Amino acid sequence: MKEVSFKIDGRDCKAEKGQNLIEAAKQNGIFIPTLCYFKHLNPLGSCRVCTVKQNGKPIAGCTVSIAEGMDIEVNTPELLDNRKAILEMMFVEGNHFCPSCEKSGDCQMQNLGYETGIRYTRFPHLFVDRIVDARPERIVVNQNRCIKCKRCIEEVITNDGFKVFNFTNRGNQTLVSVDYEQEAKLSEAQAEHAMHICPTGSILVKGKTFGKPFGDRQFDYAHEGQNIPLTDIKKQVKSNKRKMRVATTSLAGCFGCHMSLLDVDLGLLDLIELVEFNKSPLTDIKKFTERCDIGLIEGGCCNTDNIEVLREFRKNCDILVSVGECAIWGGLPAIRNTVPLEDCLKEAYLDSLTSEEGETVIPHHEDIPKILNKVYSNHEVVKIDYHIPGCPPNANHIWNVVKNLLFEEEFSISYPEFKYD
Amino acid sequence: MKRKRLLARLWQFQNDNGYIPQVSINKLAQELRVSKIEIEGVISFYHFFHKEPTNKYIIYLNKSIVSEFKGYNNVKKAFEKETNCTFETNNKDSLFSLFETPCIGLSDQEPAALINFYPFTNLTPQKVRSIIFHLKNGNNLKDISSNPTSKIQYKPAKNKTIFFRDYVLGNSIKKLKNLTQNQVLSELKNVGVSGRGGAFFQTATKWTYCKNNKNKPKYIICNADEGEPGTFKDKAILNNLPGLMLEGMILAAYVTGAKNGIIYLRAEYKYLQPKIEKAIALMYKSGFLGKNINGIKNFNFEIELQLGAGAYICGAETALIESLEGKRGEPRIRNLFPTEAGYLNKPTVVNNVETFALAARVIELGSCFFKNIGTKISKGTKLVSISGDIAKPGIFEIEWGTTINQLLSIEMCNASEPYYIQINGPSGVCINQNEFNRKIAKEDLACNGSIMVFNKNRNIIQIIENFTKFFRSESCGNCTPCRAGNQILLEKIKKIKNGIATANDLDDIKKWNNIMKLSSKCGLGKYSASTFSSAIDKFRNYFNKIIIKNKGEIKFDLEAAVFDYNELIQNTQN
Repeated sequence: MKEVSFKIDGRDCKAEKGQNLIEAAKQNGIFIPTLCYFKHLNPLGSCRVCTVKQNGKPIAGCTVSIAEGMDIEVNTPELLDNRKAILEMMFVEGNHFCPSCEKSGDCQMQNLGYETGIRYTRFPHLFVDRIVDARPERIVVNQNRCIKCKRCIEEVITNDGFKVFNFTNRGNQTLVSVDYEQEAKLSEAQAEHAMHICPTGSILVKGKTFGKPFGDRQFDYAHEGQNIPLTDIKKQVKSNKRKMRVATTSLAGCFGCHMSLLDVDLGLLDLIELVEFNKSPLTDIKKFTERCDIGLIEGGCCNTDNIEVLREFRKNCDILVSVGECAIWGGLPAIRNTVPLEDCLKEAYLDSLTSEEGETVIPHHEDIPKILNKVYSNHEVVKIDYHIPGCPPNANHIWNVVKNLLFEEEFSISYPEFKYD
Repeated sequence: MKRKRLLARLWQFQNDNGYIPQVSINKLAQELRVSKIEIEGVISFYHFFHKEPTNKYIIYLNKSIVSEFKGYNNVKKAFEKETNCTFETNNKDSLFSLFETPCIGLSDQEPAALINFYPFTNLTPQKVRSIIFHLKNGNNLKDISSNPTSKIQYKPAKNKTIFFRDYVLGNSIKKLKNLTQNQVLSELKNVGVSGRGGAFFQTATKWTYCKNNKNKPKYIICNADEGEPGTFKDKAILNNLPGLMLEGMILAAYVTGAKNGIIYLRAEYKYLQPKIEKAIALMYKSGFLGKNINGIKNFNFEIELQLGAGAYICGAETALIESLEGKRGEPRIRNLFPTEAGYLNKPTVVNNVETFALAARVIELGSCFFKNIGTKISKGTKLVSISGDIAKPGIFEIEWGTTINQLLSIEMCNASEPYYIQINGPSGVCINQNEFNRKIAKEDLACNGSIMVFNKNRNIIQIIENFTKFFRSESCGNCTPCRAGNQILLEKIKKIKNGIATANDLDDIKKWNNIMKLSSKCGLGKYSASTFSSAIDKFRNYFNKIIIKNKGEIKFDLEAAVFDYNELIQNTQN
């Protein structure tokens, strides 16, 4: 095979003529992330995560065959942001509740989320009701998590050459559907293969979902030495020498983020030297007594009281930080967002196992906060300055962000502290 | 059975049963030796195929933006009232099934609907009542259907008219006796014939690629799937000059050495199928199709017609090819031109109806004829279909270089208070009053044929919402930015309509448009948000009125958020 030279981000590279760009880049020490690409398959070009520029024109990297003199851009600020944006689109289009997903820690999309440093999604979550199909013999297909990469469609074939998966419908209704008859022909090994090639937790094999123990999964210890800078945080320069004031609250959350905050451990002693807590469950101060420098919000908004408290925080704090998944996009409470409020309340109060037969009244009182039609992220309600992802965020992560914000010191967070599965 | 026959077979089942029953799916899967889900995947891609039973009369009401503005809502209500059915649901024990469908190429006669694929135009609630009355009484559908003629509103002076001049069968083919393949190509090159579907790729270049390809057999495909909302100019050629289009295909076969041609006709134009088939038969009879065409030895070419089944994306050439091969109409990845590996992976020329018709005229009239028509770069004339708030909607054959102002004038379409003009359909561009002096020309506004004119009273966000919903359901669903992007944009539109969008939201839309443009697989995704994005700049005053100007502010509609709860509590009180 003829060797040709080409450039990636200005760097001279060499590869075989006609080689796939993803492979060629890898050989030259450059990683181009992909979710649908497979070395042995024809490029699908469906996920678009690998979008690069070839001689200035955008194209899916997996569909490029190397030719002499090619000029490829991979990691320009525009393309890096674009990659992140496409991943964010995948997160908002499906219902990806990582903390409750069997594939967490073994999920390529989740890993890429960490890798690209997604803290929150710029797009609104769509919360479309999707089915979990448990009808197949060996597998379960969870449509909430499918990103329509097409890998399974191309790769999972029965011994006699039939497709097991295929797209059905089109547009926003597009689904990867299962052929039950063909699926039943899959061997255990073939079914497991289907689960492993799925870049998310959409295809699971019944009884095999936790095949690998925690700590032993594909991405558990990946990139351990890597640090994630907190460069997007602007330092707050304060002239006065007084102690910084912090307020915290938990809205529609589980207090887990507050528990994590306590995990700062001995750092808490340092913290007390530097800051004082105002309104917070930690101090049990119910009403703001003074204006605060920073407010840490755990949980999103599921009722009118959450909205009121959040607005109060915005009024009384210079900087507002959403801490944890629930604050950032609704998190676990937002599981209900795919179901109409009426169905939720009826299930809880009228049709539940413990409700009286023939019960028709949903309990309510003017003193009880009203439930919102869905769980909202905090930045849909007020302006939020920063987001600390995690479920819960690692204590060091919270601590470092606060230090970055308040004390003009630069910190980064280590990769394992950024991960939260 | 061959896979490429799949769509035709599915049509058979659809026509025979009103839907495609599971037993038929099983049968087809067995014949093709594929899994059933593959057949289901194809069926569910095309919206004219049904998996659930339908009734005797299937009514497809057009929901394009022009229809919306011309009374779609009232017509829809009338259909529901008169038939006692609801849209998009399976109404048992009824004569009727009601569905919505995107543009059916009758924008000059909206609101319009297809009933069992017969057109019904200029609908009003009264007209709907009478139609349904007739159908209930068992009157013949064809007899009561409209017979939409091509409303040709304008042609240039006689010595400048290219398309809508008298057509004499075989005039271009007869010239081939004295023209070599290369001479045909150079004639096309002299005029600068380029793809009239909107890409404006040099036709001579495309044909040359195919000609030089040693691989055989070769195919000529005519793209008669004009699905871009607001476009109906190809329909005028199919209706008035089908022979001219066929001659263009025969020329392409002569140049490239292809032996087979296929017309991919959108199902919305099914009522034109007999006419086109008649024209094909006449060509055979006259010796312009078949063996040794026009007496030229070994010049053999055949043309057949295949129906689409309702999918806008199949207007994109590689998606069209996939569809012809009996697959879901998903665009291919762009690493090979169809002239290298097209239909059945063989060298293929895909051209638009108008392009073929033009090629035939170029050979018939000679390239010299075009010398003084159009502009220096864009020679000849262009067919455009104009609709919306104008007195004379219809087809216009205009000289390249005609300005928008001229188009809007009393002599041409006679627009009243034009304010917002959409060029090239939803995936094109919008222009405001400051740009009305721009020219329809390849060097300025390269128009594919769709022009929609809206006056000042029209709600721009309603236009954008209609377009975005169109793309949301017409995306092939394969690539992320297009499939997810359009759903996400609808969330922003919701926000704007609720009056809680800020200047920040408008910035987001422009940025997101760039992401979709940068990373989508095909043109549909790339340009699906470009109208939205450019409208924000071009109609700044309009948008400033409907958003909150303060960028930092975030408005939350608490009342809307507790509406469901309040309703529910009230309803469960007793």
